[in-house]
Amino acid sequence: MPPPAGCTGQRAANPWRLHSGPGRTRRVLRPRGHRIDELWALTVSEASALLDGGEISSTELTRAVLERIDAVEDKVRAYITLTADLALEQAAAADERLSDPDAPPLCGIPLALKDVLSTQNVRTTCGSKILGDFIPPYDATVVKRLRDAGAVMLGKTNMDEFAMGSSTENSGFFTTRNPWDLDRVPGGSSGGSSAAVAADECLGALGSDTGGSVRQPAALCGVVGMRPTYGRISRYGLVAFASSLDQIGPLTKDVADCAVMMQAIAGHDPLDSTSLPDAVPDYSAALKTDVAGLRIGLPKEYLAAGLADAVKAVVLKAVDDLANAGAEIVDVSLPHTEYALATYYLIAPAEASANLARYNGVKYGYADLDAGNVEQLMMNSRGNGFGSEVKRRIMLGTFALSTGYYDAYYLKAQKVRTLIKRDFDKVFESVDLVATPTTPTVAFAIGEKTDDPMSMYLSDVMTLPGPIAGIPGISVPCGFSDGLPVGLQFMAPELGEPALLQAAFAYEKTARVGSAAPPKAI
Amino acid sequence: MVVETEAGAAYKIVIGLEVHAQLLTDSKMFCACSAKYADAPPNTVVCPICLGMPGVLPVINRRAVKMTIRTGLALGCRIPEHAKFDRKNYAYPDLMKWYQISQYDLPFCTQGHLDIQVGGGTRRIGITRVHLEEDTARMIHGVDESGETYSLLDVNRAGVALMEVVSEPDMATADEAREYLVKLRNILIYLNVSTANMQDGAFRCDANISVWPEDAEVGDSKVEVKNMNSFRAVHRALRYEQERQIALWEAGEGPPEQETRGWVEASGITVSQRSKEYAHDYRYFPEPDLPPLTVGREWVESIAEKMPDLPDEIEHRLIQEAGIRAEDARQLINDRDLLRYFEQASKGYPDSQRLTNWVTRDLVRELGERKVTATDSPVPPQALVELLELEDSGRISGKMAAEIFRSMFQTGRRAADIAAEQGEQITDQDEILQAVRSAIEQNPKAVADYRSGKKQAAGFLVGQVMKATKGRANPGSVNELIASELA
Repeated sequence: MPPPAGCTGQRAANPWRLHSGPGRTRRVLRPRGHRIDELWALTVSEASALLDGGEISSTELTRAVLERIDAVEDKVRAYITLTADLALEQAAAADERLSDPDAPPLCGIPLALKDVLSTQNVRTTCGSKILGDFIPPYDATVVKRLRDAGAVMLGKTNMDEFAMGSSTENSGFFTTRNPWDLDRVPGGSSGGSSAAVAADECLGALGSDTGGSVRQPAALCGVVGMRPTYGRISRYGLVAFASSLDQIGPLTKDVADCAVMMQAIAGHDPLDSTSLPDAVPDYSAALKTDVAGLRIGLPKEYLAAGLADAVKAVVLKAVDDLANAGAEIVDVSLPHTEYALATYYLIAPAEASANLARYNGVKYGYADLDAGNVEQLMMNSRGNGFGSEVKRRIMLGTFALSTGYYDAYYLKAQKVRTLIKRDFDKVFESVDLVATPTTPTVAFAIGEKTDDPMSMYLSDVMTLPGPIAGIPGISVPCGFSDGLPVGLQFMAPELGEPALLQAAFAYEKTARVGSAAPPKAI
Repeated sequence: MVVETEAGAAYKIVIGLEVHAQLLTDSKMFCACSAKYADAPPNTVVCPICLGMPGVLPVINRRAVKMTIRTGLALGCRIPEHAKFDRKNYAYPDLMKWYQISQYDLPFCTQGHLDIQVGGGTRRIGITRVHLEEDTARMIHGVDESGETYSLLDVNRAGVALMEVVSEPDMATADEAREYLVKLRNILIYLNVSTANMQDGAFRCDANISVWPEDAEVGDSKVEVKNMNSFRAVHRALRYEQERQIALWEAGEGPPEQETRGWVEASGITVSQRSKEYAHDYRYFPEPDLPPLTVGREWVESIAEKMPDLPDEIEHRLIQEAGIRAEDARQLINDRDLLRYFEQASKGYPDSQRLTNWVTRDLVRELGERKVTATDSPVPPQALVELLELEDSGRISGKMAAEIFRSMFQTGRRAADIAAEQGEQITDQDEILQAVRSAIEQNPKAVADYRSGKKQAAGFLVGQVMKATKGRANPGSVNELIASELA
């Protein structure tokens, strides 16, 4: 097989992937030629080029990824539901379509979907026992767009129940392992998707981000994760957690893949009244290595207490790298940052308390059929079906909305939300982007924070303000601390995705932080 | 108005009404499902959105908003520039999402009024607001052969656009409440926004009523009465509740506890359903899936420009311009099909009151027997006009006209054809004179009675003439000729 153009160049985009180590079955892709059993290691862009050139088939690629899943899934446990047969059917259909030179870039690419996305005829659990056997009759808009683009669906990935959590430990089924250290969490709530990407159990994945659920696990698993502007991607079919905060976002092996995925799923949807009508730009056109003149703000509030020293050092080094590449680094302040956590934990649970009210055992999902009457059926179904974190947030939200408390909690939180948004508006008058750590620490140990919800909530402290303001953010790997990946977050004004992609891409290309990468655990 | 008890204590009654009307949109409020579910088998007019499946989102039905604004304009409401939808949280199996998308503090219409006529005067009832929400599923409760109770759920109705009209507590009697409902219902029908059919549940009424001693201030507590399925039921329930609450005051137990009570039609009483301590906390908050709305002024103006004639205007025209009696005008207004029938017929017939008599009596009776609306009348308006013209020409008598009308309903034939077959009225004076003379000859006793002053004997002679002519003689001519022959 002749070498595909661009393939070798793309490898550097994910430098840590150049190294194999003990326990890792994967071999390095050589500049010339590909081993069919290593196709799972490809990025979306690489695979797309090979598929377009007719050098590999989607069926070969999909089989390779399914074999990879077979080999490592026992250790990682990224998937709740695998749809191998469906994937092979879709791959076969994609192969027919690939003869058309105008086949979309994602045609034939095997992807994973967070189990929060409604998939017609494929079980969608949202990580909850209460939807343990729920098979939706319809596709989410993003799922439909991926299907229409010819993408191959490998399965549905694990997550914290109803996307409430930062580690997948709140999954109603099992905890996903971080591929870098199987005793550590992959982050959450899109931990199944981030682990699947990191472990090459898919070429790319979709997650959802309410307070950081794409960016935080991306950082902890050393992959790229973007949360777009609120309204950029249709939420239709995204099982709602907190409607005013939820956004779907891609998790990918590199920044170029992020642009390709965004291109396929972004855009207005008449089925989502909060989706933005703005035209979708060409995201891949934003992938420039030049950051000269780009003004990047460094908000001091994100480098304060609670941030691990080692993480801080890695992130500041990354910022230096950007400065060396020509970006202008400006110290800025986002003074209301400290209120983001409290604001988030009033607004999100309040909305969740209504969004999760529908799961009552009457229409679908788990039902306690031994209950003596309808009231008992509904109470027991919720009591047995929901996990403790979900119940905690339903109670928090119910309280915050109650008569006599609404003004003091929910309404106040909405006002603070405006202040947080104004902080960003003001800063973006003088800078194009802000750069921060994505998380205060690297991946923590499984079980370390399960008894302390507050410390768990704090792991999202850097990713919460963006959603509160409705602005986009991206996390890109920027190095390691104790052998575990560290994420660099960029945030941009509304619809600033091209700027995010540009900065992340330029950083990825110039910094080559991965050269110090330790072996993965699998 | 103040009600006095036999013992002489005086009470004032405070009534406010909440009316829910299903809107005549093609599709449901927030999804593309048809809103016409009446004839559909249970749970067939549904989709993931109105079923409240995980992940679905609502999209506002623009026509429903338009109909709501139309209604608000007809009720003299302000149409604020800013409106939004909110979530009203309550846990009941008929509510798919366990919250209803409704409007809390920014409804589409506020501060209107409705004028009602009572006791010869006009009273202005304030309209607090008109807002839009979604209907719930229908629950059917039953008992199986073994005596076990069960509940069935039909989701077809869930998500149908439902408009709520909330009045101020400005009504003081059950009569006023009924008059308000009749007028509001007519407005919705003439606006083409609802069938407002109570039996089908397209028009539902909840009433708030409280009773206070005349000299006391009106307090906050009130009783909400539900489950009334007709205007008559509302009237009866309010009368019952008024008496019940007065009795409580009389027994020293006033003011009545705030609660929700249900009307039980069969026994004619209200029973407690939910007391204050179990009142819902609906936990309203802005619907995050639907951004706040700006109601464009040009849009409101364009809706205002296309308002149809409202019942009050039509009633005024009927009375003032067409010269129809007020009670007849009311009867026509209260049945839009009948009014349309009348309006079509009156295009070809100038004597409006005479036409009204036919429409409101003979036509209504025939339609009633056949249980059809005037729109579906087997005798079209033009055919009735032909009949009246036939009578006006003197070719048939009034009595004959009534019989021919009945025959037209049975056979669907035209008046002229039936009259020709039965023989038209005899107007030829000579022919009638012959019959009169023959009757005088054959009835000497009646003639003698008449001449001795018993003028009513003439009636007997008229009857004899009509019998001989099979009712076809012109009654006026017969009367005149008998009088002149016996003079």
